[in-house]
Amino acid sequence: MNNNNLKYLISRKDNQYEVVIGLEVHAQVTSQSKLFSTSATKFGAEPNTQVSLVDAAFPGMLPVINEFCVKQAIKTGIGLKAKINKRSVFDRKNYFYADLPQGYQISQFKNPIVGEGKVILDMPDGQKEVGIERLHLEQDAGKSIHDLDPQNTFVDLNRSGVALMEIVSKPDLRSPDEVNIYIKKLRSIMRYLGTCDGNMQEGSLRADVNVSVRLKGSKKFGTRCEIKNVNSIKFMQMAIEYEANRQVDLIEEGKTIDQETRLFDTKKNETRSMRSKEDAHDYRYFPDPDLLPLEVSDDFVQKLKSEIPELPDEKKKRFIEKFNLSPYEATILVSDIETSKYFEDVINNSDTKLATNWIIGELFAVLNDKNLEITKSPISAKNLSKLINLIKDGTISGKIAKTIFELMMDGDKDPQKIVEEKGLKQESDPKAIEEIIVKVIKDNPNKVKEYKSGKDKLFGFFMGQVMKISGGKANPQLVNEILKKNL
Amino acid sequence: MSDITKKTLSELVKDIKDKKLSSQEVTKAFIERSEKSKELNAYITEDYSSALDKAKKFDQKPNLNLKLPGIPMAVKDLFCTKNIRTTAGSKILSNFVPTYESTVTQNIWDEGAILLGKLNCDEFAMGSSNETSFFGNVQNPIDKNLVPGGSSGGSASAVAAQLTPITIGTDTGGSIRQPASFTGTVGLKPTYGSCSRYGIVAFASSLDQAGPMAKNVKDCALLQEVISTFDSKDSTSIDFKRNEYSKNLTNNIKGKKIGIPKEYRIDDMPKEIEELWQNGIEYIKDCGAEIIDISLPHTSYALPTYYIVAPAEASSNLARYDGVKYGFRAKGENLIDMYEKTRSEGFGAEVQRRIMIGTYVLSSGYYDAYYLKAQKVRKLIKNDFDEVYKKVDAILTPSTPSSAFKIGEKKDDPVSMYLNDIFTVPVNLAGLPGISIPAGHDAKGYPLGLQIIGKAFDEQNILNIAYAMEEKIAFKNKITDWWIK
Repeated sequence: MNNNNLKYLISRKDNQYEVVIGLEVHAQVTSQSKLFSTSATKFGAEPNTQVSLVDAAFPGMLPVINEFCVKQAIKTGIGLKAKINKRSVFDRKNYFYADLPQGYQISQFKNPIVGEGKVILDMPDGQKEVGIERLHLEQDAGKSIHDLDPQNTFVDLNRSGVALMEIVSKPDLRSPDEVNIYIKKLRSIMRYLGTCDGNMQEGSLRADVNVSVRLKGSKKFGTRCEIKNVNSIKFMQMAIEYEANRQVDLIEEGKTIDQETRLFDTKKNETRSMRSKEDAHDYRYFPDPDLLPLEVSDDFVQKLKSEIPELPDEKKKRFIEKFNLSPYEATILVSDIETSKYFEDVINNSDTKLATNWIIGELFAVLNDKNLEITKSPISAKNLSKLINLIKDGTISGKIAKTIFELMMDGDKDPQKIVEEKGLKQESDPKAIEEIIVKVIKDNPNKVKEYKSGKDKLFGFFMGQVMKISGGKANPQLVNEILKKNL
Repeated sequence: MSDITKKTLSELVKDIKDKKLSSQEVTKAFIERSEKSKELNAYITEDYSSALDKAKKFDQKPNLNLKLPGIPMAVKDLFCTKNIRTTAGSKILSNFVPTYESTVTQNIWDEGAILLGKLNCDEFAMGSSNETSFFGNVQNPIDKNLVPGGSSGGSASAVAAQLTPITIGTDTGGSIRQPASFTGTVGLKPTYGSCSRYGIVAFASSLDQAGPMAKNVKDCALLQEVISTFDSKDSTSIDFKRNEYSKNLTNNIKGKKIGIPKEYRIDDMPKEIEELWQNGIEYIKDCGAEIIDISLPHTSYALPTYYIVAPAEASSNLARYDGVKYGFRAKGENLIDMYEKTRSEGFGAEVQRRIMIGTYVLSSGYYDAYYLKAQKVRKLIKNDFDEVYKKVDAILTPSTPSSAFKIGEKKDDPVSMYLNDIFTVPVNLAGLPGISIPAGHDAKGYPLGLQIIGKAFDEQNILNIAYAMEEKIAFKNKITDWWIK
């Protein structure tokens, strides 16, 4: 399926290197309260206003699992077409840090809640499957703020204990582009499911990126480096680009790559060593004795399966089959749940083909231009479908529609009203059109002669003249027909 | 000296219900005796004046339907008490005042009891003699310079010396039963999951369990029915049908089958312990119960298993005491330096020893050899009990391999100290209930205890057996009030 010519390779002298990438995505679970406490999880609250005694690890405080977060993780697992583990275990990952009040993070080490699954990427040259190794639930840490005071560090525990899903991919990704599409697809699936809002600015989605390189054709993996906590797709791509080239250069120089954890410096656009394998933490994982193993029944999982909405892959298939969209169009329209919803709202009572073209063409151009999400579209689905109906029933021409579209953007105006106010209704009376055509033919006897002697291209000239005289309002289809008759 | 403090809980409850005594009279009596008993060092924090206020309030509007109407009591300083300093016997929490109440103590106050103060204990409940407390060792009222056992040493001492009519302790490896045995009192370690751990300063989460300590079995049964509740705030709390243990208490144990495990006959066991056990067997027979010889083959592995599992959990549980959020903080050059100084100065030697052992056994490369293996052995120990409980209803063993020892005697010999828990530790590892009752004296006149181990959730049965034996044994604690001038 994968076209070899499109492969991302790094070339040096006679050698070509393939890049191998695996991602550990940390996705914040969409939930009202934290994984093991009842504190709120709202983003942007005043520091330390969403902290319970459990989150701050007061003596004698105990974690109690939030069932909703468990459901969210399982739903995500179902969305990743993954194995749901009926029994999973919470472990303690022990390390000291000022923003880790317990002195350990509750995570799942040996027995995660979700096992192997897959994500399908829609690449320009076809589909690619990326394996999912596992998904587990864990607590987020608090936040240390070092730049508010020259001496002291401030700690905000609002995030402490918030539920995260760590989604670990197999080392199946081969280029920054694939990483881009993988993250977007993962985000899309979770947004369809409502299990993670995928908001990277707010830190709801971040990733540790594992990068290694190997000679093209080699089966053996190279030594990998892990780039910690990258919080945007652009930075992930830049980090991979830099890191892969760094590794290739080392190999070319005959040096070895040290397995290590690295940080990506977004200002300098480079990765640098954070700690070597020798300095790696010994997290002393062991099952958390405050929590019993998490056991879910078949019925529980079955019920969650029944609550799963139509996901992008299935929706795409339906759009292609039912609405006769091209795979390209369908991929774009299902890419996020809001877009697909907008599309379905528009076609609910208007022409599918026109709607597809208008959304992918005009609307997306505007959204891109204004850097808007579709939920903030200046034109509502309702009014766009009205516009499309006006085109479809011949009230306006496509060209006029574009003018109206521009006008609609000012406060989501009703296109019907614009047509009436501005008198933009299309002239569809054959008699009126014929009058104009007759006049045009009369006024341009030479052109008529040329046309008749075989200069077919001049048909466009007559069309243009008629449209000009009608002020662009003449129904082009009718002009076309009547003009042919009269010439 | 008033006779009020000599009374049992049941007697005090009856007197208050019959209006023969007011809560204030009872509270005053215990406060007065506590004031005269400072030499025992049983209290870490006293709360006498507010206890008197509460007693006064109770008397003004007494609710005599409660199970502990206006009864004053002091509790082990491992239970978090709202607005009352809670130290866990440690310097690192020496200034810590919780804003919350443990479920177990809340249950007690809800039944009308009144807090007298917080009782001394080994630091973070790590110890068998109460000598690891930052607040100093506790004297056993039995004799001067005698340890009261641990970790609930202050609790045992306070009950034996009549500074509180009853109390609660916690038991991770014997911390209720061993001090009960050393002080001639009754102590019950309930089934794991019976009493909520919410608000109890954690030592080893999979082993910790709160339980009652009292002068007699009946008082123990009453307190157990108050403190044992299902609690959704503790994920390991178990929702089972709890008895009214005191109401259902009976000395009729005819036909019960009591197991005698041969593995508890350890090498070098003092003759007097051997005799005590034999006497216990005779009492059981006198009650009409049947004695059956049993085997718990993995018993000898219990102590080493415990000293891997408990420190492992403790090393992680105590990580939160880092000087960042609450408690003692030492000044440091940077974060790491602050951590190191806070924990070096804030924790005592025994706690540091166990944190190091625990950190070691969980370390990569050692986890499988120690922690994982210990968990497997723990399962085998539990299986041993499951197996014998197909044949017997309960098990009778000595509570401790010796009577109380002198303060300082074993302080520098941790292994000999750890051996104190040899009979009690398997019960925690298996999550079972166990009760220690005073059953005799050694040559020096120091009390010795017998332990009855039950099936999970079968507290009623072991309380009944203890109740029946108590009647036969007719134990009298020899306390001279030597510390009262």
